[in-house]
Amino acid sequence: MQTLDILEQPLLDLTWMDLTVAVGLVLIAIGVSGWHRTGLARSFAVGAIRTVLQLTLVGYLLVYIFAIDRWYLVVAALLLMLVAASKAAVDRQDSKPAGLFGITGAALLLGSGLTLIYVSVMVVHVDPWYNPRYLIPLFGMILGNAMNAAALAADRLKGEMETRHAEIEAYLALGANSVRAAREPVRRALRASMIPTVNSLMVVGIVSLPGMMTGQIIAGSDPLVAIRYQIVVMFMLGSAVALAAVIVVLGYRRTFFTPAEQFRPTDA
Amino acid sequence: MTASFELRGVGQARAGRTVLQDIDVTIPRHLITVLCGPSGGGKTSLLRLLNRLDDPVRGDILFDGTPIVEYAVTDLRRRVALVFQTPVMFSGTVSDNLAVAAELAGVQDRRFDEQASQVMLLAELEPSLLKRPGGELSAGQKQRVNLARALMTSPDVLLLDEPTSALDPETSRALMKTIGSLSEVRRLTIAVATHRVSEARDYAHHALVLRDGRVVDSGDSERILSGLPDPDATSP
Repeated sequence: MQTLDILEQPLLDLTWMDLTVAVGLVLIAIGVSGWHRTGLARSFAVGAIRTVLQLTLVGYLLVYIFAIDRWYLVVAALLLMLVAASKAAVDRQDSKPAGLFGITGAALLLGSGLTLIYVSVMVVHVDPWYNPRYLIPLFGMILGNAMNAAALAADRLKGEMETRHAEIEAYLALGANSVRAAREPVRRALRASMIPTVNSLMVVGIVSLPGMMTGQIIAGSDPLVAIRYQIVVMFMLGSAVALAAVIVVLGYRRTFFTPAEQFRPTDA
Repeated sequence: MTASFELRGVGQARAGRTVLQDIDVTIPRHLITVLCGPSGGGKTSLLRLLNRLDDPVRGDILFDGTPIVEYAVTDLRRRVALVFQTPVMFSGTVSDNLAVAAELAGVQDRRFDEQASQVMLLAELEPSLLKRPGGELSAGQKQRVNLARALMTSPDVLLLDEPTSALDPETSRALMKTIGSLSEVRRLTIAVATHRVSEARDYAHHALVLRDGRVVDSGDSERILSGLPDPDATSP
């Protein structure tokens, strides 16, 4: 049958010459940027070069890690990803109070780590537990989304706390503690950080086919297997995003108040 | 005359600038003390110290004879209520606003209606306003709701920061009359910051004059306020 023939075709390999041809796609983006003077042409070019260099480096690293097959190398790679993601999330903030890197790191570690453990042990049953072929891509996906959620949550919380300065002090003046006084900013920051994930859950498979699934299909997987992995991915992203956002928000909220429950938005 | 608050050698700074220095005053119990003086003189800064929205950079503040820092700060703020210059309305109706204060003060649900009616009466607000969304109120009504909300915690002290600054003269006089009656009806200690001396003359018992962060005069309000010009007085 033709369907089975398609599934059994080997993965089409891409050569470096093929990648060179693909550069034409980036040139289109650079051209559009230059045409309308968006100021992004250079950023596109630099970004494209960084994409090639970084992914090539990662590719060789993964080949090495897969070949050595040592759990500590896999854990080291995961921790390196975590540190980089924490830094990236903090760098996006306009202000970077002391402690934000630690709060973000803890949020990503707990949010992404707990989700990864749950998925790899309880759902996918990864064997051995540190199998890099599963852990690194899964963690990468979890971390990327958790990082975005953490950055968005922190940014929105700061904005809400500053906008609601008078309201927060009015709560404090009535005898509320900082938790009560900041309840609305926390709620809004969490909503803002989780809405993109909710939207993805609503439209996945209708508006777009996500990367994990398309990658597996291109690699030759049965689509019915690929969608099961994708469902797991969508659920784990929901969990990681929610956990990372709530830990960042609750941790960051504390930096806006003194131990005497006084509001200090400029210190945060 | 017993003291509700004693300030000893109090100094305060903000953004590296001294806003209060060498403040040695008392705020007497059960009386109305007016803090007057030009804008920027330190009146608001002083009021904020009394319920610990800020802490001084030097000196001590005693409340009922005990250092203010020895009180649990949330308990202190329920006993020492502060009403801000610009009224802040929480989302929802007037009743929702009062409910926030009731929740913080531990007022039981079955007592809420009774207590809400009482504070509306004290603040001279129509009971029908309870169901009105806070955003629809006039400036004067919002200020009275803020006053009623502060009274829901049954405070011992009421701090009012320029309560009439955004109000027209007639509304201002009416609000000050309400504040004046609270001192007698509820035996409250009241401290009012105002630069409108004429409003305070009829109600204040005690006065502090602040200028450039220092207390330049304090004592009987009749003596002090009669000698002060009213910056809002218009020429005949």
